[in-house]
Amino acid sequence: MNGTLCDLRSVDKSFGDNRVLKQLNLSLPAGSVTVLMGANGAGKSTLVKILSGVHALDAGSITLLGKDFRPSTPSEAIRAGVVTVHQNINDGVIPDLDVASNLLIDRLAEPGYGFFLKRRQNYADAERIASQMGLTLNVRQSVAELGVADRQLIAIARAMAHDPQLLILDEPTSSLSASEAERLFLLIERLSAKGVAVLYISHRMSDIRRIADRIVSMRDGEISGVFEGDELDYEGAVNAMLGHRMTDADISVGAPGKPVLEIRDLKLLSGSKPFDFNLCENEVVAVTGLLGSGKSAFAQSLFGLGRPAAGSIRIDGEDYAPATPKAAIARGVFMSAKDRANNAVVADFDITRNITLPFLSRYSNLSFIRRSDERKTAQEMIEALSIVCQGETDSIGTLSGGNQQKVMLARWLAEDCRLLLLDEPFQGVDIRARRDIGRKIRETAKNRATLVFVSELDEALEVADRIIVMTEHSVAAEFRNENVDLNEILTAVTGALPADAGSAARTAHA
Amino acid sequence: MSMNQTETPSAGSRPQKPQPSSNGLIDISIRYGFLALLVGLVIFFSVFASGFAGPRSAVFIFQSVAITGILALGVTCTLVVGGFDLSIGSVATSSMMLAAYMMVVLEQPAFVAIIACLAMGALIGLINGLLIVKTKVPDLLATLGMMFLLVGLQRIPTEGRSIATGMSLPDGSTAEGTFSPLFLQLGRHRFDFMLDNLLPAPVIFLVVIGILVWVFLELTRHGRLMYAIGSNERAASLTGTNVNNYKILAYMISGVLASIGGMLLAARLGRGDIASGTNLLLDAVAASLIGFAVLGAAKPNAFGTSMGALFVGILLQGLTMMNAPYYTQDFIKGLVLVIALVFTFSLSARKAGGH
Repeated sequence: MNGTLCDLRSVDKSFGDNRVLKQLNLSLPAGSVTVLMGANGAGKSTLVKILSGVHALDAGSITLLGKDFRPSTPSEAIRAGVVTVHQNINDGVIPDLDVASNLLIDRLAEPGYGFFLKRRQNYADAERIASQMGLTLNVRQSVAELGVADRQLIAIARAMAHDPQLLILDEPTSSLSASEAERLFLLIERLSAKGVAVLYISHRMSDIRRIADRIVSMRDGEISGVFEGDELDYEGAVNAMLGHRMTDADISVGAPGKPVLEIRDLKLLSGSKPFDFNLCENEVVAVTGLLGSGKSAFAQSLFGLGRPAAGSIRIDGEDYAPATPKAAIARGVFMSAKDRANNAVVADFDITRNITLPFLSRYSNLSFIRRSDERKTAQEMIEALSIVCQGETDSIGTLSGGNQQKVMLARWLAEDCRLLLLDEPFQGVDIRARRDIGRKIRETAKNRATLVFVSELDEALEVADRIIVMTEHSVAAEFRNENVDLNEILTAVTGALPADAGSAARTAHA
Repeated sequence: MSMNQTETPSAGSRPQKPQPSSNGLIDISIRYGFLALLVGLVIFFSVFASGFAGPRSAVFIFQSVAITGILALGVTCTLVVGGFDLSIGSVATSSMMLAAYMMVVLEQPAFVAIIACLAMGALIGLINGLLIVKTKVPDLLATLGMMFLLVGLQRIPTEGRSIATGMSLPDGSTAEGTFSPLFLQLGRHRFDFMLDNLLPAPVIFLVVIGILVWVFLELTRHGRLMYAIGSNERAASLTGTNVNNYKILAYMISGVLASIGGMLLAARLGRGDIASGTNLLLDAVAASLIGFAVLGAAKPNAFGTSMGALFVGILLQGLTMMNAPYYTQDFIKGLVLVIALVFTFSLSARKAGGH
């Protein structure tokens, strides 16, 4: 039962200069659930994509059931017995078709199926698959009428129709409720009892406690910890995932200036706990927390992208409730959005135009743009942020990720503001650009308040005066970034806070 | 998920390598290939089609280009914000019918007719814009629906007949109004330019509108923001741009320009001809898409659109004078369009493909 089913040896994968997997070794035993943890950018997705045949590995080897496994397409991986259910459920089902067609869709795509649909036989087969999986569904129902959980279970049931040896589930509960998730767990347990190896990717501690036989932590393209045995060390796993290498960035916490942002009894969701928060000039505060902890909702409510359920926000002593980003910018609140490719970079524009986009009226008379002025600003920003390029008219697409991110930062640093929100400013950026960006954030922080939203603790430690930890859409703890005890932050992040420590942290921040 | 950097490898502070020299040739052909083709076409027809190089054929070309060109500039504005306007052809013919109806049936002066047409164009643009940004109907479908609606609507007041002085009206009377001579001059007057009577008035309109649209898109803040919306709508909105307003504006510009085109058509024909203007949509769309290839812009732009319209005009006039049958025209337009699109998308993709 516990023989190794799949074995990865010294797997390497790079995209351009970016080494995503470094000499990765991992073995997956049959009949057990291996939870894979890793922060954004750790290489989880790449690993999954290699196993599911989307990417080819550069070096190293994978054996499956003792045989060499090197799928070049997803369908090849499926035929070999490695089945993946991706994070986005809607990639897994076709809403307009009925349940039976969804369960059998791969079979319909096979060359030998024939030209006409065999409806009767399909329904019979689908019912058989569904009952094997413990699904009680009308297979003639359209998937569009079903809830997320049923869709997810269908995606998994379909995966099971291939009789997999290795089942990979990528954040399968991210859109499920607790009772829906429980159905999924029962299914996973049944499969694992049959001897299927399950690779389960998740951030949710509750899931992990419920389902994990072993935990593998990943960090920077390497396995940073394997935890197995009767008593799993959850905290150790989180430590290994987030890493606690002290970075050599030296933070000297400056004296805060006059208060800028005052938050009273803010409830991000109607059910979440209200919290207070103050932020002053010359302060850089990092907001951290796991996926779904409410970081993004907090950032969005400050930038007019969403309304908090209750509470008051004041900027410079005046009430602040922006309805749009435009209104937020007018009040001097700027946000550099996360996921720059989708939310920030204007791919058709050069560096200059990308930088001056939000404040074009500063560079125009009667709406006519003064080119030389905007180019001058761009040159200054290129200089100030040491953006590596040939000139300010380079197309943004010719820059590396780190330099693109610097341009996005330059966009907002080019004007003075009261409150600067930086959502994942280090996303997809190499270590050197990350240092540059962090230094620049601190250098320019003098006359404004700065909030940096990061999911990596390292990044928070590198840039912030204070670190606040969010869980369940509320502030769970707050730390001053001086001789800070990493384990304390880590426990706050995972929500594994003992009751007394929790109240201590809360009083400390109140 | 988290691997965005896979598409844009973080190369750190590595300086960009200079482009290998073989790319120089591709660069030049992307930038100037289309204009060279245009010049080559003129030379070819001048040599092989007798009479092509004369002023008479120039007038023909200008006349055929002017109205399509104006419509194409409108489409260009909607393409800039990442949209598309399929209703321009029917806006133009509706505007033609409205101008004729105002003057011939309602016996209004030219001024009133012009104002009515412009207002109609702006209103249709507004409705298109609202359908797209408020009710979230996809742009192609919204404007396609508007196209059908207008094609039908313009026939209702006259029960499907063309409008001309002396026509009988649904109530049995006869239409007594006439086109005002001044209005007709808009479409028929020819200015002296080097030669007597060389430039038709619509060409002046095209040049003026072309320059205005170019200035608006290239030199102003609003044009810049419209390009930003077309390239990354989400990013534009996160920098505080009111994306919806700009999109509506683009469709209104398109509607107004199409209504101007329709008026010029009415002025040229001197009647509200139910059967004309069928080719306007496809020709205008072709011109603005061909415009992508001019100067390697790889994006909608006013200069390229005008050149695209000119290119199609020259090609068709030249082929006509070489006695190519009329029914091959659409085929040739389609061929040119496909070639221009290949130019734009494959070659400029190669240019950007290094990263």
